[in-house]
Amino acid sequence: MSQNTPSKLEKMLKAGHQAVTSECGPPRGSDPEAIKEKAQLIKDHVDAINITDNQTSVTRLCSLASCIHLKLAGLEPILQMVTRDRNRIALQSDILGAASFDIHNLLCLSGDHQSFGDCAQGQNVHDLDSMQLIQTVRHMRDEGKFLGGDEIKRPPRMFVGAAANPFADPYEIRVPRLAKKVAAGVEFIQTQCIFNLDKFEQWLNEARDRGLLEKVYILAGLTPLKSAGMAKYMKNRVPGMDVPDEVVQRIAGVPKEKQAEEGIQMCIESIQRLKGVDGVHGFHIMAIEWEEKVPEIVESAGLYPRPKLD
Amino acid sequence: MIVANGKPLEEIIAAVKDRQKILVAGCNECVTVCEVGGTKEVGILASALRLHFLNQGIKAEVGETTLQRQCDREYLVQARETVEPYDIVVSIACGVGCQFMAEEFSTQPVVPGVDTMFMGGALERGVWSERCQGCGTCLLAKTGGICPVSRCAKRVLNGPCGGSTKGKCEISKDVDCAWQLIIDRLKALGRLDDYETLMPIKDWSTDRAGGPRKRIKEEVAS
Repeated sequence: MSQNTPSKLEKMLKAGHQAVTSECGPPRGSDPEAIKEKAQLIKDHVDAINITDNQTSVTRLCSLASCIHLKLAGLEPILQMVTRDRNRIALQSDILGAASFDIHNLLCLSGDHQSFGDCAQGQNVHDLDSMQLIQTVRHMRDEGKFLGGDEIKRPPRMFVGAAANPFADPYEIRVPRLAKKVAAGVEFIQTQCIFNLDKFEQWLNEARDRGLLEKVYILAGLTPLKSAGMAKYMKNRVPGMDVPDEVVQRIAGVPKEKQAEEGIQMCIESIQRLKGVDGVHGFHIMAIEWEEKVPEIVESAGLYPRPKLD
Repeated sequence: MIVANGKPLEEIIAAVKDRQKILVAGCNECVTVCEVGGTKEVGILASALRLHFLNQGIKAEVGETTLQRQCDREYLVQARETVEPYDIVVSIACGVGCQFMAEEFSTQPVVPGVDTMFMGGALERGVWSERCQGCGTCLLAKTGGICPVSRCAKRVLNGPCGGSTKGKCEISKDVDCAWQLIIDRLKALGRLDDYETLMPIKDWSTDRAGGPRKRIKEEVAS
């Protein structure tokens, strides 16, 4: 399959390998060492690293600058970009800024509502939505033009991703929604954290029936649980999250000091099960403030060493 | 209608202090219907102000009037004799009425007695809900008659976002997810296939973003 961009992630997927990505959240300050250190912990075990964009609407060092730090350190960043904070001028401008540093992966998101964060009194922008951001970057890349129609000198060369949540409501449009993102031009998907594997596989089957899995690479999103408390919090408090009772019961069933270990084990088992599933092209491991555990998970799940690309 | 909410009395008092002749001016249109700025509310606010001045031992006169429409010059001109003797006007019409009042009586201070909130309707007695933000390019034909611009917290045109849970918005269990409503409605209309049509990038120049708007109907404008 021909390469659309110089993205290492794209190369990995098109070579038929199972890709591994993970993510790092930037610090709440201007010291770049924190993000560089997190990235160094996982760099040999993943193919690309997402940098979150002011996640949960809490103001942080920006995703673009963090990606540049990673790129300069020789790593492969995935720039997350939300439509909450920037209009179409700023979005296109930041895409070009990222492209000027040869950042080759973009994840298009709408972003959590600002009421969750530290600027609840702020405006939100949402000039475009996440699907329209996918269209925008594909237009810039493939047509070499701005939204306004003018030509771009040295267009961005970005592998375009988006999120998908197989568990959010209403379920009946979960697959049509994926179809819509594919029609908008998305090339890879990183899913919401999967705890309900049966439901995820059902979603995948329906997507396969519609022929979507031949058009988009799905990276299954997984988060290791640190404790029974975290499992319950995610089950009850995080919008769009599906944590089945048996998952909570399993982690709650071991002594507190063993729960983190159990959570890692559960994550590894999930990867092992999903590795054989048709249409799963890799894994996106979201170890929230627990990046140091990513190497262990990747190794134990049989995804290490990472394939070398030419 | 335009829906407003009464300002706290302390804020109104702070705005009119040191004035001897105060006029509370209501409006017979939207703010009467949403029970915040009609004749009845003019009376209540005027009484509250009189009571305050009495308790403070301040000599002040509080007058009352309700215009047919404060957003209409025709009625403002007719109100000139009523308004001019006063030192200050507390308008409890919407922000439009308050501004038209200030424009008409350019040497008199006019302050708002309500906070104007949105364009909406009554769900039941005493409960009003937003329905329109006047974006200038109506999308309702494409979304089953439910507006994602005014009713989605992220005005997502290709929703729902990942925060939709059991029909509710991620910002509050009291807020319906607009996209859940749109999907339910498209289904009821037998049009769920329309969901998959990508909504194109919107031209927001007809919205607030394009600057203050004006409509001219050529055949009647002079």
